[in-house]
Amino acid sequence: MSIVLGFVALVAIVALTWLWKQGVADRPWLETGAVTRIPSPGGQPTGRAGLGIFLIVAGGLFALSGSAVSMRMGYADWFEMRLPGVVWIGLALLVLSSLALQAASFAARRGDARGLARWLGAGTVAMAGFLMAQGLAWVRLAESGQSLAATPGASFFYLISGLHVLHVLGGLAALARVAARHGRGPAVAAPAIGLCAIYWHFLLIVWIAMLAILTGWAADAAALCRAILS
Amino acid sequence: MSSVSEDPDSGIPPAEVPDLPPPHAHGWWSRWVFSQDAKYIALQYSGTAIAIGMVALVLSWLIRMQLGFPGVFDFISAEAYYQFITMHGMIMVVYLLTAIFLGGFGNYLIPLMVGARDMVFPFVNMLSFWMYFAAVVVLVASFFAPGGPTGAGWTLYPPQAILSGTPGGTGWGIVLMLVSLILFIIGFTMGGLNYAVTVLQARTRGMTLMRMPLTIWGIFTATVMALLAFPALFVAAVMMLFDRLLGTSFFMPALVEMGQQLSYGGGSPIVFQHLFWFFGHPEVYIVALPAFGIVSDLIAVHARKNIFGYRMMVWAIVIIGALSFIVWAHHMYVSGMHPYFGFFFATTTLIIAVPTALKVYNWILTLWRGDIHLTLPMLFALGFIVTFLNGGLTGLFLGNVVVDVPLSDTMFVVAHFHMVMGVAPIMVIFGAIYHWFPLISGRMLSHRLGLIHFWVTFIGAYAIFFPMHYVGLVGVPRRYPDISASFVPDSVATLNAFISVAALTVGAAQILFLFNFAWSLRYGRKAEPNPWRAASLEWQTPEMPPRHGNWGKELPVVYRWAYEYSVPGASRDFIAQDDPGHPASWSHVP
Repeated sequence: MSIVLGFVALVAIVALTWLWKQGVADRPWLETGAVTRIPSPGGQPTGRAGLGIFLIVAGGLFALSGSAVSMRMGYADWFEMRLPGVVWIGLALLVLSSLALQAASFAARRGDARGLARWLGAGTVAMAGFLMAQGLAWVRLAESGQSLAATPGASFFYLISGLHVLHVLGGLAALARVAARHGRGPAVAAPAIGLCAIYWHFLLIVWIAMLAILTGWAADAAALCRAILS
Repeated sequence: MSSVSEDPDSGIPPAEVPDLPPPHAHGWWSRWVFSQDAKYIALQYSGTAIAIGMVALVLSWLIRMQLGFPGVFDFISAEAYYQFITMHGMIMVVYLLTAIFLGGFGNYLIPLMVGARDMVFPFVNMLSFWMYFAAVVVLVASFFAPGGPTGAGWTLYPPQAILSGTPGGTGWGIVLMLVSLILFIIGFTMGGLNYAVTVLQARTRGMTLMRMPLTIWGIFTATVMALLAFPALFVAAVMMLFDRLLGTSFFMPALVEMGQQLSYGGGSPIVFQHLFWFFGHPEVYIVALPAFGIVSDLIAVHARKNIFGYRMMVWAIVIIGALSFIVWAHHMYVSGMHPYFGFFFATTTLIIAVPTALKVYNWILTLWRGDIHLTLPMLFALGFIVTFLNGGLTGLFLGNVVVDVPLSDTMFVVAHFHMVMGVAPIMVIFGAIYHWFPLISGRMLSHRLGLIHFWVTFIGAYAIFFPMHYVGLVGVPRRYPDISASFVPDSVATLNAFISVAALTVGAAQILFLFNFAWSLRYGRKAEPNPWRAASLEWQTPEMPPRHGNWGKELPVVYRWAYEYSVPGASRDFIAQDDPGHPASWSHVP
């Protein structure tokens, strides 16, 4: 459970720092009059705050999945799985998609309607490619005898990649709604495109972290750190 | 003292978040069924939660009938008994308590208490309720499924939860239970996003975090905790569903069942326990923190005193919320974990008692020399404090490994958690309903019926759960369907019969409450605006009950905290949060 505890500790530090900045040391029984401003969290618009909290929830979900894998790894019958090569092609496509969405966000902020359309298209195509790569990875795994119930590693790979794909599909649905607003001009769409870009980066970071855990690299890195520290 | 404007006229800043009108209903369906008004959604949540709660109440009757008079009721087989205890536990913890505190009170009170027109994402809020409703429908469907609902115990521990020896284990029961939980969690996440972001973003001008009533602090912190904790149950439920339906072995070790080797192998039931309790322990506080917040407000209003140690109360809520994530394994002392882990979790468990005790002291100090009105909300609040204290003290016993090991899985544990997270929060729910009923309906609940309801419930709850501790101390295990006189001493059998009679009586008293509720809705005395003379914002709406959009044309401006009671020199014994009045006596306060 160390992974999820680390995640919760991170969230707690951010939350407590934010609370401190919001004046939780104030003495409300001594004050009167309207305050000069209501501090909103870093001046974030509502959508951004909503996405931030959703990312904490989704991050928690994946941290817990990672914790479950790491606990299961401690058992004698665990062996590290060989992932099919197409997984890495998928990862590359996910990186490209993330970069394209960031470029689309920049284009929207510049007011560049053509650039926005182009980068949005590129991002969506790359993400569709990622989905196909994941599907192909599942087929390859099953063909190599690592079907869902065959090995513990394969079970976790299908489960976690499945959860990740569901999050990707949700992101694509949100992006489709945002793209429909594109006709009203890039300035109108810019904040929403920015949120989509953040979500895309989140999908990328989570997938890298999950791959690191599933392939055993995270455990190796942790062991190396422990060796260095001791 | 923080930097606030002394002159209320010049100190009102423009709103940072634009005052957008909430979505208006365009027809019968969007007004009465798929409403996006948080107040209406709150009533939908509460109504559904209370309805399914009544099912849990009837199940508890059946459980007690079997325990008090074993062998008398033929229709309660061992299988049925397991199904009753499982569904009773799950309904009470998740579908009633969590749903009513966050979905019910959260939806109704957050926008009104922070001065917002509605939740920030009304459409998502509406979806949240309908997901919850679907979850309840799936849960109820399991009663009618072939083989009946699951009888795995509310903790759903594998491997037994999905084996043929457990009712519903290889049939529909466990599948519907897990699907229902998954739906509930998706729905809650939608609602939780709303509650948290509304508190963060939609507070009206002047409503700093430290001017929020403690009710909002409790609900807000519990929401954030639930958003972090429920994914653990989600992951566990999905993994168990995979094990049950797709043949994976996440939680299933190699097993021989009825002489047959099953296809499972290598999985770990302990991983499930970790995931379950990583959700399960914060869940106790997800229910308790809103109760803490609400009870603080009830005590302050009905004792006409500002809450003692407001700042400490806020900090205690936040600290309890944070600590509750590092105590989960105290539910697993007998799972064979490393003794040092037990030591660590026993220590954190005892530490969490410190901020909790601080809250109890502060409630008592708020009451100290207060102008205590023994209204129904106050009676229930007092009932909560003593019950929570009793339940909390036995929690200290169970938190210690050496004491917990012999008491584990006995009726002592059942008595403990029913006191601390059954009776205590339900006392607060009743207190809160008696307190806010006039705001919701414009009428008062009958005081006389309420008194009967309170005393029967309060004394009856003690008649049930106080002796149950002794039953547990003798060593009577929980989850045994047949505790007949051949198995336990006569004294225990008699005590069990007594407990059962008390339970049936307390259950009947709840029907009296429902009658009071329904009768007062139509014939109750008309409530004057702000009948309790409360200072918090929800009572200061232009109309009572508040209309769609809550605040008429202008959002309120908040000038003070929510606990300005019995202020020396003030013309009334309370000053509302949106009252710009500047009492003469105020100027010399440092």
